[in-house]
Amino acid sequence: MTALAEAPAELPVRKSSTRKRLVPYWLLLPGILWLIVFFALPMVYQASTSVQTGSLEKGFQVTWHFQTYWDAFKEYYPQFVRSLLYAGTATLLCLLLGYPLAYLIAFKAGRWRNLVLVLVIAPFFTSFLIRTLAWKTILADGGPVVHALGALHVLDVTSWLGWTEGNRVLATPMAVVCGLTYNFLPFMVLPLYTSLERIDSRLHEAAGDLYATPATTFRKVTFPLSMPGVVSGTLLTFIPASGDYVNAELLGSTDQKMVGNVIQSQFLRVLDYPTAAALSFILMAIVLVMVTVYIRRAGTEDLV
Amino acid sequence: MPILKWLRRNLVVIAGLATLAYLILPNAVVMVFSFNKPNGRFNYSWTRFSTDAWQDPCGVADMCGSLSLSLQIALWATIGATVLGTMIAFALVRYRFRARGAINSLIFLPMAMPEVVMAASLLTLFLNMGARLGFWTILIAHIMFCLSFVVTAVKARVMSMDPRLEEAARDLYAGPVQTFWRVTLPIASPGIAAGALLAFALSFDDFIITNFNAGSTVTFPMFVWGSAQRGTPVQINVIGTAMFIIAVVVVAAGQVIATRRKNSAKA
Repeated sequence: MTALAEAPAELPVRKSSTRKRLVPYWLLLPGILWLIVFFALPMVYQASTSVQTGSLEKGFQVTWHFQTYWDAFKEYYPQFVRSLLYAGTATLLCLLLGYPLAYLIAFKAGRWRNLVLVLVIAPFFTSFLIRTLAWKTILADGGPVVHALGALHVLDVTSWLGWTEGNRVLATPMAVVCGLTYNFLPFMVLPLYTSLERIDSRLHEAAGDLYATPATTFRKVTFPLSMPGVVSGTLLTFIPASGDYVNAELLGSTDQKMVGNVIQSQFLRVLDYPTAAALSFILMAIVLVMVTVYIRRAGTEDLV
Repeated sequence: MPILKWLRRNLVVIAGLATLAYLILPNAVVMVFSFNKPNGRFNYSWTRFSTDAWQDPCGVADMCGSLSLSLQIALWATIGATVLGTMIAFALVRYRFRARGAINSLIFLPMAMPEVVMAASLLTLFLNMGARLGFWTILIAHIMFCLSFVVTAVKARVMSMDPRLEEAARDLYAGPVQTFWRVTLPIASPGIAAGALLAFALSFDDFIITNFNAGSTVTFPMFVWGSAQRGTPVQINVIGTAMFIIAVVVVAAGQVIATRRKNSAKA
């Protein structure tokens, strides 16, 4: 995602024939057409579906019934709130966990750097569903992890906070957030690593020469320079996490359903297409607004 | 307290390694449980050691069929997305033209959209068109969402290329076609390879978009999803472990080749 930043690749301007001027358009045509037909056009169809009324038996007609949006939001706002809450928490945890790892790879790993990078990338290739199912084993009731957390009285605190229930972690918010954090962690580590790696190590030396403590160096030099990685990492984590329904389904219970679960069941099981389309548009709108505001705030508009 | 001092000095390393352990832990569990002999249908708790599943990886009905289907889709999606994406990347980096901004946003948007939104909208298109859901709708969807990632990966590489190398080729009387095949493509190939690898991994592993647009066709992730309800056979862990090992070997080999090339370029 950091590569999205536009670097001006200045090319000498050549006088060119009409045929040559058409070259970029021919290069773009097939791919852009694909995106228009199978990405943009579907959005239009979904917009039209969201204002239809009817039923599967009688068929659906466009009746500009915008009420569906309000009804859908009113009925499912707990799932929306939960999605944003879980995705936000997971993103924050990813940043807290991912930063030291990215820092380790960029500055401390030395000749182990490639090995650590391979270990970060390789899990991508094992089906994420299989890995998510493995968390069922790890967090199983009475398993070593739950046992250890119980013995350390961590579960007492988390139960009091409502993150876990009694002596179990599975089928609680904590399990879902743990799964989300795990699933999207590489999407945080890789952009962070890329932007940390670009930092000139002489800047660290200079900071040290100017009597900055390691903490000050980090706060004033390293962290600000890694902002592009922080921004793209948080986006790459938050956006997919907000629409995810796999973790809530496999690791949570009915009390942890996210908006993705609702969209999925409305579309594929209940077959109430207008409501499903409206829900999916509301999610898209929320995410796009949040992302735009965030990018403005973070001050890296050249990202898009 | 020397231990505390050591801990404080190596705090970053310890925290980083802890995160790495968190990342690897499920893979380790998948590997260990591929040697389990489960009691019932579910392979979630350890019973006893056995290599049965490794000796008979395709012993579960329909699993290897779904695996081969996923591999085929991933292969075609990779080819499609890599060709289309590379063309777009070259056009965007090498040429100035109108509508560049609009095209950049069109490429960025699929990456900035929750997958479930794209999946649902594509399904409404297919339903409206009356398309039969199956292999082709999955392939269309996979090429669509892999495309942006390939463009991004290839663009990064093409942007860092020195345009003077191609000018030099032209000065040496190489035609445009010759310049492209002998100079441009070899230099861009690491970016194209990275994009293709990413596309393959994304397509092979995709569940959300496939789940919406597959109809009754079962890809490997969908088989795993279904088995989570019915009971997970140990063979799933065998496939997961094999994939992990293959990935480590492939990625490590790639790294070794890259380092070798860098070293020989220096020498």
